Amino acid sequence: MTTQPLATPAPERSTVPVLEARGVSKTFGRVLALKDVSLSVRAGEINCLLGDNGAGKSTLIKMLSGVHRPDDGTLVMDGEPVTLASPHDAQARGIATVFQDLAVLPLMSVSRNFFLGNEPTRGRGIFRRFDMEFADRTAREQMAQIGITVRETSQLVGTMSGGERQTLAIARAEHFGARVLILDEPTSALGVKQAAIVLRHILKARARGLAVIFITHNVQHALPVGDRFTILSHGRSAGEFMRGAVSLDQLLALMGGGKELTDLSRELEQLQAAGVSVEAQPAETSMEAGG
Amino acid sequence: MTVGSPASEAQRLRRLSPIRVLLTRPEFGSIVGAILIFLLFWALTGFTVGKGFMSWQGFAGYIEVAAQVGILGATVSLLMIAGEFDLSIGSMVGAAGLVLGLSITTYGLPLWLGLIITFAFALGIGALNGWLVVKTGLPSFIVTLGSLYMLRGAGLALTRLLTDGLTIVSGVGQAAAGNPLAGIFNATLFTIGGSGPNNAGGADFKVELVWWIAVVVISTWVLLRTRFGNWIFAVGGSKDAARSMGVPVARVKILLFMATAFCAALYACIQVLSVGTADVLRGQQKEFEAIITAVIGGTLLTGGYGSALGSAFGAFILGVTQLGIFFVPGFNSDWYAFVLGALLLIAAMVNNYILRRASGSRS
Repeated sequence: MTTQPLATPAPERSTVPVLEARGVSKTFGRVLALKDVSLSVRAGEINCLLGDNGAGKSTLIKMLSGVHRPDDGTLVMDGEPVTLASPHDAQARGIATVFQDLAVLPLMSVSRNFFLGNEPTRGRGIFRRFDMEFADRTAREQMAQIGITVRETSQLVGTMSGGERQTLAIARAEHFGARVLILDEPTSALGVKQAAIVLRHILKARARGLAVIFITHNVQHALPVGDRFTILSHGRSAGEFMRGAVSLDQLLALMGGGKELTDLSRELEQLQAAGVSVEAQPAETSMEAGG
Repeated sequence: MTVGSPASEAQRLRRLSPIRVLLTRPEFGSIVGAILIFLLFWALTGFTVGKGFMSWQGFAGYIEVAAQVGILGATVSLLMIAGEFDLSIGSMVGAAGLVLGLSITTYGLPLWLGLIITFAFALGIGALNGWLVVKTGLPSFIVTLGSLYMLRGAGLALTRLLTDGLTIVSGVGQAAAGNPLAGIFNATLFTIGGSGPNNAGGADFKVELVWWIAVVVISTWVLLRTRFGNWIFAVGGSKDAARSMGVPVARVKILLFMATAFCAALYACIQVLSVGTADVLRGQQKEFEAIITAVIGGTLLTGGYGSALGSAFGAFILGVTQLGIFFVPGFNSDWYAFVLGALLLIAAMVNNYILRRASGSRS
């Protein structure tokens, strides 16, 4: 649905990963969240991190964005081992994370959202003030670049669609110098059209040379845009594949939802055969794991 | 903005006229409300001019009420936009007044020192409120309800102990008499009308009007034109989202609790130095009047949206209502609380409507 000319890999892709997790593990109390998981992403590449709910996706991205520290294993940036002391530290190193629910504040204007935490100021001392003129102008330009025309930058972000909100958050991260974009389920709560807006923007970000980690449990959203697929299942790595080397069914099976879905399909078929009217269609159910 | 139109989201944004934007400002409802309430009371008093409601004395009367609650309302609005309440300001007014009164009478300290102690006391309690809210994660409604009662109880008990059984500290007027510092809080700015060299019987406009304007202007400026203001909106909108964008959530909240306590102390100084006595029970109900002022001014109870300027119109509405009822034939001030409650309900509904217009039909 989003097969764009942009989907071909960007030419300037480097071989050294911008960000890499090598054999990281994490336990919370007695719960093993991650065990010996590796993931890497290069400039101009989209790595889709796939997994069912509870597979350890959020633990891994919280590690990569400086929220948690690995108990074991190392994080590597541009080939050098790093310790991410805090989310702020990660941001300072160019790792920007956009969380699904925390992307933007609906009751704040476009420009206020765009510059939240990075407000431009002018004047000195007690006259130091938020440079609204600059913020409005820049926000308008940046939004225009991603195809959203904003005439009134005082307009609340709540008036924008879900896709546009995620897009704003991604554009903001890029504007403030992100080299690695970590997108946490940016399309999950969205309809088809809205998801397309976001996926298109993810492709544009890759074309501009960003390294993108795209977290999703929706394989249909991952397949058309991903260059690399990292699959997590029950806290362990269930494989890494390059684009073209894996099919939708294979991915689903690896995500751990495959067996359950096959069982579900069989059960529903049996019910139908038994003359029970079934509203859900097994063929469509199997398209989305863990929904 | 049309729901269900086939136009793209971008076009929906583009189609907004400046009038539409004005209509979606949070304080818009309170401006219209202030005009309507004023006209309503003028009509109820028979459109008389020169005496009663529509006179300089009447005007000075409701400006005084408005200024006093308005001094509290502006910072309470900021705190509410940041998603928190401060109920303790009601007893902070009484407590800060006592601190000032006792300092300059019982302890015989100079006025300047008494004022420093009073404001330091208020800032300290405010910081403690904020720290408790941030640290415990409890609703500020509960935390400050606790400090409301603790301050009042401690104020009563300690004052009785220090003044041989009284809860009113008298002699503050004499202690501060002739001190130019006192004028900052109790001077008469100008008098309109009246007769003789001292304009006897004229309408006095006092310096609290200047304080009110100053607090509203500073609050509005901080909210709309500083980084801190942007953080206030963000913290109230979603503290997790704000934190993920690097906003120092705890610092913002604690500073705002300090600001509300500071303004309560300012109100206390004005009261104590104007009346000449300090009373521990002064300021009762002010915590709720300040919240009503903020809500009428367009501030959401749930945080993330609102206006400090709107609280000024809210305070004006309170003043006009409180004194206006007095001038309406057949009514008396007993009806004030009823009208106030009704205004609060109407304001909350109007805010809800405006908010839905402003944020589209989605959220």
